[in-house]
Amino acid sequence: MGPPNVLDMDNAGVRWTTEQVLALAPDDASRKAGARLSAAGPWSDAGSSGEGAVWGLCKGSGKKPYQTVIDTKGPAYRCSCPSRKFPCKHALGLLLLWAGEGTSAVRTVVDVGDGPAPDWAEEWLGGRRKRSGEQEERAKAEAGGAAGQADPEGARRRAERRAARITGGAQELEQRLTDLLRGGLAAAEQSGYGLWEETAARMVDAQAPGLAGRVRELGAIPGSGAGWPVRLLEESALLHLLDQGWLGIDRLPAPLATTVRTRVGLPSPADGPPVKDHWLVLAQYDTSDGKITTRRIWLYGRESGRTALVLGFGAAGRSPQPALPVGLVIEAELTPHAGAGQLRADLGAEVDVPEPTGTPPPGGTTTAAVEAYGSALREDPWLDSWPVTLTGVIPVPDGGDGGGWQLADADGKSALPIAPAALSRPGLWKLVALSGGGPVTVFGECGHRGFTPLAVWSAGSSETVQLT
Amino acid sequence: MTGTTLPVGASAATTSWEELVTSALLGTDRRTPPADVMASGQDAPVALLDAAALHTLRRRAGLLPARAAALPEPAPEDHRRELPEPARRRLSQLLADRSAPAGTGGRRGTTPDLTELLPQWLTAANDHGYRAPAASLPALLDAARGRNDLRPHALAFAGPRGLWLARFNPDWKFALRGASGGAVLPGVQDSDAVRQLWEQGLFAERVALLAAVRARDANAARALLGTTWPTERAEDRLMFLDSLRAGLSDLDEPFLEEALSDRSRNVRATAAELLSALPNSALAARMAARAATCVSLDRAGGPTGPTVIVEAPHECDADMQRDGVSPTPPSGRGERSWWLGQLVEASPLSIWPERLGGHTPEEIVTLPVLDDWTDELHAAWCRAAVRQRDARWARALLGPPAVSPAAGPGASSLAERAKLLGTLPVAERASWVAEFIAAHGLSEAFQLLGVCAVPWSGPLGRAVVDALDIARDGGSYPWSFSGVMGLAERCLDPAEAPHLEILTATPDEAEGASPGAGGYWSEAFQRLVSTLRLRAAMMSELAGAPGPQAPDERSSPAQAPAPVDTTPAED
Repeated sequence: MGPPNVLDMDNAGVRWTTEQVLALAPDDASRKAGARLSAAGPWSDAGSSGEGAVWGLCKGSGKKPYQTVIDTKGPAYRCSCPSRKFPCKHALGLLLLWAGEGTSAVRTVVDVGDGPAPDWAEEWLGGRRKRSGEQEERAKAEAGGAAGQADPEGARRRAERRAARITGGAQELEQRLTDLLRGGLAAAEQSGYGLWEETAARMVDAQAPGLAGRVRELGAIPGSGAGWPVRLLEESALLHLLDQGWLGIDRLPAPLATTVRTRVGLPSPADGPPVKDHWLVLAQYDTSDGKITTRRIWLYGRESGRTALVLGFGAAGRSPQPALPVGLVIEAELTPHAGAGQLRADLGAEVDVPEPTGTPPPGGTTTAAVEAYGSALREDPWLDSWPVTLTGVIPVPDGGDGGGWQLADADGKSALPIAPAALSRPGLWKLVALSGGGPVTVFGECGHRGFTPLAVWSAGSSETVQLT
Repeated sequence: MTGTTLPVGASAATTSWEELVTSALLGTDRRTPPADVMASGQDAPVALLDAAALHTLRRRAGLLPARAAALPEPAPEDHRRELPEPARRRLSQLLADRSAPAGTGGRRGTTPDLTELLPQWLTAANDHGYRAPAASLPALLDAARGRNDLRPHALAFAGPRGLWLARFNPDWKFALRGASGGAVLPGVQDSDAVRQLWEQGLFAERVALLAAVRARDANAARALLGTTWPTERAEDRLMFLDSLRAGLSDLDEPFLEEALSDRSRNVRATAAELLSALPNSALAARMAARAATCVSLDRAGGPTGPTVIVEAPHECDADMQRDGVSPTPPSGRGERSWWLGQLVEASPLSIWPERLGGHTPEEIVTLPVLDDWTDELHAAWCRAAVRQRDARWARALLGPPAVSPAAGPGASSLAERAKLLGTLPVAERASWVAEFIAAHGLSEAFQLLGVCAVPWSGPLGRAVVDALDIARDGGSYPWSFSGVMGLAERCLDPAEAPHLEILTATPDEAEGASPGAGGYWSEAFQRLVSTLRLRAAMMSELAGAPGPQAPDERSSPAQAPAPVDTTPAED
């Protein structure tokens, strides 16, 4: 005697799983708060539509209940609560409730069944529909002709001014790097972080955020433990290479020139031919530099066989957009960014309701993985890692130098070390637990620091377990 | 650094990387880069950077996989059933919520406290024989690490793969130390392996082994213990002796009698305690003879009829001390009453009807006792009833539940009453507590409820709910009852939820009620109802049955049983 399960039966896709919903939470606290609201009690007038909208009223501490609406197609959220978290705990709780009901035999609390949305929810949902229609119109209009450009001459002049500033910055940075090498890296250890911070600030002034970021990373290397001189020389040399690339950009082939521009910090144009596909969401994780949270979402196109990276950015306190449910397949159009060896793409506005999980992407051995990284470097020498899927690998505790883990081919011959940063993450233990000492399929980023596992499929299972 | 774990590809350049690093480290002013690097005619630092960029890219592009370390042993197969999908989702929710602050007292909102439901969920999942989903093992082990009361159930659920996993993470060492390291115990019939492990094993392994052998063959376990007894350390002897508690029988008497002469005082005391739980033992007879001389009946008695006369012992001689009587009382207690208490406590209760004029236990506890010895004597009988698990005496000492605790026979402290209740059959326990609550309300019921079987029987549940309702009408705040509320959330039969619905409405503020109390009560009842619904959902998800099923008849105590592993959580 389950609740009416219109979403399962009709044109709309499946309900999400608990893990997928929890993965949308901006932080741990929201995850917990959401789980608490997922059970019972506070919800009333909850419902969902065949088009992927979910709504409900949540009784809070105040007199008036909070109005929560979610469009799972975005996904997009709206809630009348004052929280700055995005999605807020109410949206998470409601999604959990909705997710739990899909297969739960019991009507736990309220029936998030199918029906027409109440006015307060419809208002927002209708607005969204209208806006997305307008966006499409605008996109069509823009595609129709570049006549949208208001002042092409002014834009060109602005771009030239910025390029000149960056060139100044690159020359200054070259000077700093040669000074560094002339005086010796050993001296860099004493000069400390301040010198690098100052140089980074100069690069920000020069409107070259890409250079600024790399300079800041250089500053952290002397304190990064044994072997730092080697790493500092490597990264200094690559920064030097980027400087030289920018200063001689006219001589570079167009795709590499675009890559250099992107690496320096100019916005990269998303002007590739759009790819419509069924994309498996492989992984989603956030990193933060204190000011900006960067979200990386890895997608794998079922038909095209492409791997794509969707980036999202959020200012402090706000969760970056978009958020996609890991392990599900979405039907969407991606627009790739230009540049050699670039995987970045923009997610089109039209995202269809997620479909059930598919099988993992085709993968290879550890040798194939490092080879893939190696050849990707030909296109973009500044790549730190490359997305790969390893099939039939076993997590192995490293007996050699203590503490490290490897992912070894099932024949026990070759292995990739797991990147040091990934060793302290809880995902590692999930990976080991799922393997149980046997072969698994792992998606992750393979690079010169080792392999960072992001998702795992146990043998014979199509379920994507995220490790982030 | 990973530069060494990922070997460098073949290098075509003549200059070695090491030379470049040395030059960079010291500075090109001090160490000019090698000649072939300088050949480009550039400034030394630029030439060095150019060469280093080339080298770096060549190194990265030419990376080869490292040699694999030895593959781990595969985890043992776990043949238990897979969890139904909804139950698996529920588990991830319960585990995700686990580190949230537990609300004790104060305002707790209307949502269920998921952390408190994890033990129940685990017990039920284990009863159904489910296997833990591999992906949840890390969170499960982390939860068990933080909470001792969860460990036995969490580790049983985690199963062989959980133990396999725990070996790799020092944070989870506790899982290997626990008695449930049972995976490695030899079959108890394999006497050579048993003997070898007994003689060479770690302490925890030996304790587990002894318990396993004892469960199968009590005599074999005692014999095993006898082989090494004199050479064991005192604290180990104490722990081993304690393991005889399980399946204690008259056959253990000679061994225990010998332990009365042990070098360690604690070992002697434990041996005496175990012997006194054997009413046919020689020690019990010796104690009975001593106690009998102290307590007698004056048939003529005073105005109220026959009276019990107590003459406490005047000394604690060496024989008494050998039989476990501790000569020195805790401060504030007279030594004669201290000795008397110990004698009566260790004497078989069966001696008293004959000794006290043929009265039944029910009559004996109502007899007047001369010179204010009542409390002392009754308290000792209570301890004896618990130790000898004598339901008839326990019943008599508890008295009728409706009688005020102050007016009843000896068992004055709630802790003692709870212990006495523990000796009664499950159903009787529940109806006794139900009547107690109906008569006295909830303020003293918490400990008594703790020994009742879960889910609470119908009458008991109704008594608790009625009492809560009365407390609300009385105008007090719900957090005065948060302990009982929390217990009710975990222990009330989920089938009661529909009857509670009516209590979730916010009543009109009554005259004289605490301000706002009505709203808080409605919140508390909402939480109670939603927790019950959640428990019903949890159980039916685990049963894999469509729709809520009848509550199952298991009778686990409300408070988790004492953990097997009593080591503190390390954090």
